[in-house]
Amino acid sequence: MSSSFSRILIGLATLAALMVAAVVGLSFYLKEPRLEELPPSNLGATEIQQLETVNQIFADHWKSENLSPTPEADTLTLVRRLSLALTGAAPSLEEIRRLKSLTEDADPIQSWLTHLFSDQRYSNYIAERLARTYVGVEQGPFLVYRRRRMVNWLAEELVRNRPYDELVRDMVAAEGIWTSNPEANFITVSVIQNGENKGPDEVKLAARTSRAFLGVSLDCMQCHDDKFGDHWKQQDFHQLAAFFAQSDMAVSGVIENRKKVYQTRYNGETEESKVPALVPYSPELLPESGNYRQRLAQWITHRENRAFSRAMVNRTWALITGRPLSSPVDDIPLEGPFPVGMEEFVDAFIESDFDLQSLIRIMAASEPFRRSSSTGDPEAPVTLEQEEAWAAFPITPLRPEQVAGSVIQAGTLTALDGNTHIFQKIRRFGETRDFVKRYGDPGENEFIEDAGTIPQRLLLMNGKLVDERTEPNPLMNSSTRLAHHSPSDEAAVDVAFLATLTRHPNEEESRHFVSLIDGTKSKHREKMMEDVYWALINSTEFSWNR
Amino acid sequence: MNPFSHIPTKRELAAEACGSNDHFSRRTLLQGIGLAGLSWLTPLSRQLTLAAETTGKRPKSVIVLWMRGGASQLETFDPHPGSPIGYDSTAIATATKGIQFGKGLEQTAELTNDFSIIRSVTSKEGDHERATYNVKTGYRPFPGLVHPSIGSVLCHELPAPLIDGSTIEIPTHISIMAGRDSARGGYLGAQYDAFQIGDPKSPIPDVRSRVDETRTAKRMDSLNILENSFSAGRLASLEKERTLHQSSIERARHMMSSDQLSAFEIADLPKAEREAYGDTPFGRGCLAAVRLVEAGVRCVEVTLGGWDTHANNLEGVLKQNAILDPALASLIKGLKARDLYDETIIVVGTEFGRTPKQNVTEGRDHWPHGFSILMGGGGLKNGQVIGETDPTGEKEEPAGKVRVEDIHATVLEKFGVDYEYELTTPIGRPLAISDGIPIRALL
Repeated sequence: MSSSFSRILIGLATLAALMVAAVVGLSFYLKEPRLEELPPSNLGATEIQQLETVNQIFADHWKSENLSPTPEADTLTLVRRLSLALTGAAPSLEEIRRLKSLTEDADPIQSWLTHLFSDQRYSNYIAERLARTYVGVEQGPFLVYRRRRMVNWLAEELVRNRPYDELVRDMVAAEGIWTSNPEANFITVSVIQNGENKGPDEVKLAARTSRAFLGVSLDCMQCHDDKFGDHWKQQDFHQLAAFFAQSDMAVSGVIENRKKVYQTRYNGETEESKVPALVPYSPELLPESGNYRQRLAQWITHRENRAFSRAMVNRTWALITGRPLSSPVDDIPLEGPFPVGMEEFVDAFIESDFDLQSLIRIMAASEPFRRSSSTGDPEAPVTLEQEEAWAAFPITPLRPEQVAGSVIQAGTLTALDGNTHIFQKIRRFGETRDFVKRYGDPGENEFIEDAGTIPQRLLLMNGKLVDERTEPNPLMNSSTRLAHHSPSDEAAVDVAFLATLTRHPNEEESRHFVSLIDGTKSKHREKMMEDVYWALINSTEFSWNR
Repeated sequence: MNPFSHIPTKRELAAEACGSNDHFSRRTLLQGIGLAGLSWLTPLSRQLTLAAETTGKRPKSVIVLWMRGGASQLETFDPHPGSPIGYDSTAIATATKGIQFGKGLEQTAELTNDFSIIRSVTSKEGDHERATYNVKTGYRPFPGLVHPSIGSVLCHELPAPLIDGSTIEIPTHISIMAGRDSARGGYLGAQYDAFQIGDPKSPIPDVRSRVDETRTAKRMDSLNILENSFSAGRLASLEKERTLHQSSIERARHMMSSDQLSAFEIADLPKAEREAYGDTPFGRGCLAAVRLVEAGVRCVEVTLGGWDTHANNLEGVLKQNAILDPALASLIKGLKARDLYDETIIVVGTEFGRTPKQNVTEGRDHWPHGFSILMGGGGLKNGQVIGETDPTGEKEEPAGKVRVEDIHATVLEKFGVDYEYELTTPIGRPLAISDGIPIRALL
């Protein structure tokens, strides 16, 4: 009894201390920010050369197509895009303020990336996004599949910035128990648990491998030769599947069982025939030593197997912009034609020995990424042709967790990063899950550009998350804090814009929103600030990447 | 000649192999199969066909009652009491001579002239997630593409329902208590996703503004200012052809202030009517479905979970039947009382059935090789039993096999939707709305 009482006391004391710390921290923060500096960074010499090649090819293309590129987006827009892409939320006010600490010789975008790459939010978020590609979103088979372990493993590898080819080889050739060797979940997610064909499903694995690592969709070829003009044969698919046919489950987890033989009945045949393990192209890149999956892993990730690099370049570009260079993201024609810039990014990726962070750095520095989504001239708006050629940045829908993450981040002023208190993390996790459920999750099809829906609007207009994160609450919510601690109405409005839309208001906006809070006091002022936040969060700009 | 013998056509073989056979000409093959379809009828049901009603009218709505988890056909619509696969389950007589239902479905059993039972539905999916997808969309999961559910297809293909001459203000595709299995718009777009609500006991979420009208007006003014500055210099067609953001807000606000929202409420209905459905979330869901269809909603899906009876199957199914029976029977009666039954197709579906043989825990496991789906109303020919499963449990294939996609084609055909029409999907592959073949006996 006494022990539980003392626990409650300790709990209350901790809570009170946290609350005091939060209030003190905030007022201190709004008045006199003393912030950690962003790590000043620049591109390396090789990266600059690669960047120039990429930029040149886009410049030539725009010229030949007679398209004028839009102006360069400002730094705040660029860091917003990068934070949404790499952490799943718009940047916090705290982080935005840190930009000011940079000296002129540091590149703000590269410094921002260094900051993000060292943050848990990056590794956790990108690991989840990549996991959708490697193992999907299904719950998968009972007991032998642990998705969470797989995601954590990917996150750890991303923190280390492990060369991408190594990571893929680990998954394709994985053996062992799915908990101690989490990469083995790539294999076990396909496991069939009942019936004659018990064990890892070579057909699912071949389809997944071709889409995720080669950027080609061979799924149709499971049943017939390609009907859409490419040269794929049903045989290609099954010979690829044969590389997975010796995967088996044993007490020690995933193993290679050399006794297993793969047979299939080809379309039009009456009997099953034995299928050899052969790669669909470039057989000269397939090594002779190793078991089936080890050899396949080497072949997939071979430097000369450009399809491997194209798949990752296309996906990475889609992750940071919202739209792949070649669409759909996992169906790139094997022999081209390739979209502008693809081959140059691929060269850079291979030259860097498959350094994912270096690829993102070059992409983020590239001219197409830096384009504004607006011409700045209402009389001559952006055209679809400009967007298609990346002469203007395309407007794409944010994913549900990016919208939720941005609402939650906007509701507080400090960054919700690795240092965030566990209570906050748990709360954020629950809020995001509930929100995503109601907003609608496109699942594995990550880059579907659906229009907004009525339930989504209802959720943001009247839903619990926005209400709880913007309602008058002096301890938790930035809207209320701004109402009371800002030096002026203009400053309060400016900070609200930065916290939600990562930009300053224009003159008309500033005038309008200042008029809403001008002369208001106490509770009424808190409500008016809530209304400012409501409008910002319900704007198109908040839910779409610009 | 065995009426159930069947020579597979090229089209069917392709479907067997691939789950997708859009490469064959449908028209030519269809006729043959359409005729063959009649031979699926059991002799008894063929007699019943003669008596069944026919109407030329098109239905307006569909209600899908979704039995989540895989309902055992053997204790519901396809019992085999006294056979080796019947174990301890008992059956009851129905209004149709010679046709029995599982114990606990007494009210529904009296209404067998109002629907048909297909006892021979088969699929190739034995995993909950994949099979649910399969039955709800009529397609097997295919990487890189999400197929639309039947309700989304209907909302896409048919014009928005009119109420008193104006377009309906509430969503026309509604899913009650579906959770993560809620019907999706898939490649037709998220705007065709079902609008999700929970137990109709609670108010529908997010349709009430949290502030008064004065504040709402101010908020909307602020929003306009933001939208104006955002659109400047950006793609001219941004709102109309991409985001639909402002129009969605406008429609959401219409909905928030619409009288039609009362269709979601059931509390004002007579107590006796409410009680007839059973005091369960599913019962309330069924009553709400009737109300929503009455209001003009195109498709309502109501989910009843709890059918995954891997252990103590009989006990589990009896509990489920106790929930299903009053709700289903009352739903049919409720639609009839409102003169809506002839224009509303009802489907009682599930992802798969359960194994003929019980496991060691007296449960039944997943069985996609012959399970039951109930279809009725909407001018379909009612009072039939289609297909037959093997009472010994030895044969894997049921007689008069009906594929999942055939159920879809049947519903679409009845609605007058050209289900063979090929839509262009985001992966550039043209795909028929349904790959199925309508069950002629029901049309």
